[in-house]
Amino acid sequence: MAISDQIIDRCQNLYEDLNFTNAREWKAAVPGRKVIGFMPIYVAREMIHAAGMLPFGIFGGGDQLEVIQGDAYYQSYICRIPRSTIELELTKRLDFIDGMLFPSTCDVIRNLSGMFQMIRPGIYTRYFDVPQNYMDNVGGDYYVMELQELREGLEKLGGIKITDDDLRNAIALYNDNRQLVNKLYDLRAAQPWKIPATEAYLLERAGMLLPVEEHSQMLIDYMAAITAGDRPRRDNCRVVLSGMFCEQPPLNLIKSIELAGCYIVNDDFMLVNRWLTKAVPVDGDPIRSLATTFLHHSVKTSATFEPNEDEKGQYLVEAVRRSSAEGVIFAAPSFCDPALLERPMLMDALNGANIPYIAFKYAENTGQMQPIREQAGTFADSIKLWGV
Amino acid sequence: MNAITTSKPLEPRDAKKDQSQIKQKEMIAGNFQELTDAHKQGKKVSYTFVPGNLNELVMCFDMVGNYPEINALQNGMRKKTGAYIMEAERQGHSEDVCTYVKSDLGMVKKGNIGPTGQPLPEPDLLLLSYTGCFTFMKWFELLRHEYKCETAMLHVPYQADGKITDNMRNYVVNQLKQDVIPKLEKISGVKFDIDRLREYLRESAKAEENLVWVLQSAKHKPSPIDAYFGAIYYVGPIFSAFRGTRDATEYYRLLRKEIQERIDQGLGPVTPDGVMKEEKYRLVTEGPPNYTHMYEFWKMFYEDGAVNVASTYTKVGGTYDFGFRHDPEHPLESLANYCLSCYTNLSLPERVKMLVTYINEYQADGLLINSIKSCNSFSAGQLLMMREVEKQTGKPAAFVETDLVDPRYFSAANVKNRLESYFQMIDQKRHAA
Ligand code: SF4
Ligand code: SF4
Repeated sequence: MAISDQIIDRCQNLYEDLNFTNAREWKAAVPGRKVIGFMPIYVAREMIHAAGMLPFGIFGGGDQLEVIQGDAYYQSYICRIPRSTIELELTKRLDFIDGMLFPSTCDVIRNLSGMFQMIRPGIYTRYFDVPQNYMDNVGGDYYVMELQELREGLEKLGGIKITDDDLRNAIALYNDNRQLVNKLYDLRAAQPWKIPATEAYLLERAGMLLPVEEHSQMLIDYMAAITAGDRPRRDNCRVVLSGMFCEQPPLNLIKSIELAGCYIVNDDFMLVNRWLTKAVPVDGDPIRSLATTFLHHSVKTSATFEPNEDEKGQYLVEAVRRSSAEGVIFAAPSFCDPALLERPMLMDALNGANIPYIAFKYAENTGQMQPIREQAGTFADSIKLWGV
Repeated sequence: MNAITTSKPLEPRDAKKDQSQIKQKEMIAGNFQELTDAHKQGKKVSYTFVPGNLNELVMCFDMVGNYPEINALQNGMRKKTGAYIMEAERQGHSEDVCTYVKSDLGMVKKGNIGPTGQPLPEPDLLLLSYTGCFTFMKWFELLRHEYKCETAMLHVPYQADGKITDNMRNYVVNQLKQDVIPKLEKISGVKFDIDRLREYLRESAKAEENLVWVLQSAKHKPSPIDAYFGAIYYVGPIFSAFRGTRDATEYYRLLRKEIQERIDQGLGPVTPDGVMKEEKYRLVTEGPPNYTHMYEFWKMFYEDGAVNVASTYTKVGGTYDFGFRHDPEHPLESLANYCLSCYTNLSLPERVKMLVTYINEYQADGLLINSIKSCNSFSAGQLLMMREVEKQTGKPAAFVETDLVDPRYFSAANVKNRLESYFQMIDQKRHAA
């Protein structure tokens, strides 16, 4: 088996293992190790790593988990990811987790933080409330204190001290990791036939489950293997996917889009891997550095406030241009307020730039791919035939 | 979500209007007139939300406040929202998202004629008090997209651990000082005067005192008020453009006097069909009401002798009954504390605690949750909250589902069935005891 296939095989196994054996083994290998779960979209994983703990991304149960108990916790008009996350918890699949971070992505994840406090009262739970004010002496000062509180919480949980050097070391590791993930994106945008979207997805997903050092090595090995070989090139159009930053699509859905004739050359999968668009300085006060980089060099998403109307939606236009894409596929989870409320504004930005798009909704357990394949296929044909 | 103030609907058919009602009607009519005339008279207009609103501050700049949530609910009561929501969906807004937003955007698309039939002015400022609801942020981005006007964001951190930390409070105060107030000054051309703010806050605290007294009057048996449907009217002035005004103080003084009279006479609440006769069930209610069928919905309660003695919806614009008062001695800190403590900015365990406290203190028979399709902020987690409250109080709970202003999501037969079974369940519990 080719090296790249071996790597993807490993990623697929990690992705399919809903008992999270790898993380359990990581924890068991050294007494006292702790695992901190986090949900989409963004948390400062550097702090968790600096505490000697494993940041562990929880992105729902996907289409392999049968949700039985979780449904009793949610009305039908709420998206799927919280109910499958509850299912994972109630079926003891998360019993090795020592703490949970719930980022300020939306009200569903926000409220899930309180539900966890009630369902798992024993563990460290923190709502990670990032600033929506981007002034250094306002949002910046607030965020420095937030990070400081997170630091103290983890120190207490682990009975350890997180030194500035621990944090600088973690910052450097995540800087490297982000650079590698970005390189993967650049490579894929340049030669999408070499890196199928499902492979890029699985590689990114592995980054949610593995220690960062291991993930970085995996990316290096994969890219080396890919660059050395070649794969057949198809006459596909090039698209950017938008809206999949939280509840995950089934792998089959991603595959279907490519099979329908669309190379995915950019997306918003697991943005935590690419959130900071500049390296965080490793000198100076590490917490302030994390805060300043967050304020001024974060990716833009529908879960954040855009203070400047002229900029609204431009991040998507830029993503299209950067990756030389020909169109956008909006794919949002059903009932996802951030993605669906943002969508009309993004569509206007695309209209202004003459970029074609299509839109549909999905759920993490969507089984029927035929309609999506047809829609994506028609879109690909129209782009190829008429450049529309 | 949000509260309230109505100039028209649901007036008791057999009662002469109370002075407080007349007063409120005049206040609301005046506010809509002021909005209509604002630009003609050279006044600037700020749009803002009910939870975390900064009404006293806005008044310091002689600006007129418009509350899109209130327009939406008023339109809901006047059965106009169905068409507005459809209009927004035609414009490309998803059927899955909050109908308050769509009702507002639909109204804007159809000419921005407000619920009273008077035109609403375009905003000079969108004051985005981002408190307790993610949708607020997107709602005002969407309005800004429409109007291309200035926006001031006030990010209010979430009270996830049941307490306000210094960092949270300082953050809100810093935003007020460095971002919100300078923008208000720039747009209005009026210099900020903290003593003026203190004056308004002093006025607010007076009104808040009487509001709390009114809400807590429901501890009497029979309760002189319905603390859900009825209290929606009572909280109207304080949740909106009147907090901090003498009018609001006067309104709450009159209201308190009237409720005192009802207590003295041993009367139950006033309903659209007159005074409720026999109080059979005392309920605590969680969640917003349905506005498109409010009369029908309320009737299902009072016809069966059910009175709501406490509700969480009437705390979305402030949790005054747990002690908070605007404080003229600490004006900006007090505005920050106010924003931070609005109901939907509280963690789920805190919300459970509040419901349990209400059930115990108001001697309620149980909890009713009206779960709103539109509102993730309120609704996500309510099923667990229900179980927790049942566990902690031993009192039965029931769950109904409707929407705020989308008439497609009000199924009268379903709701009625649920309520009737619930009342039977309470009866059985009583007999078993
Ligand atoms: S899918 Fe959307 S609504 Fe659901 S939890 Fe994620 S961001 Fe929130
Ligand atoms: S989501 Fe809820 S709180 Fe937010 S605007 Fe809609 S109804 Fe109001």
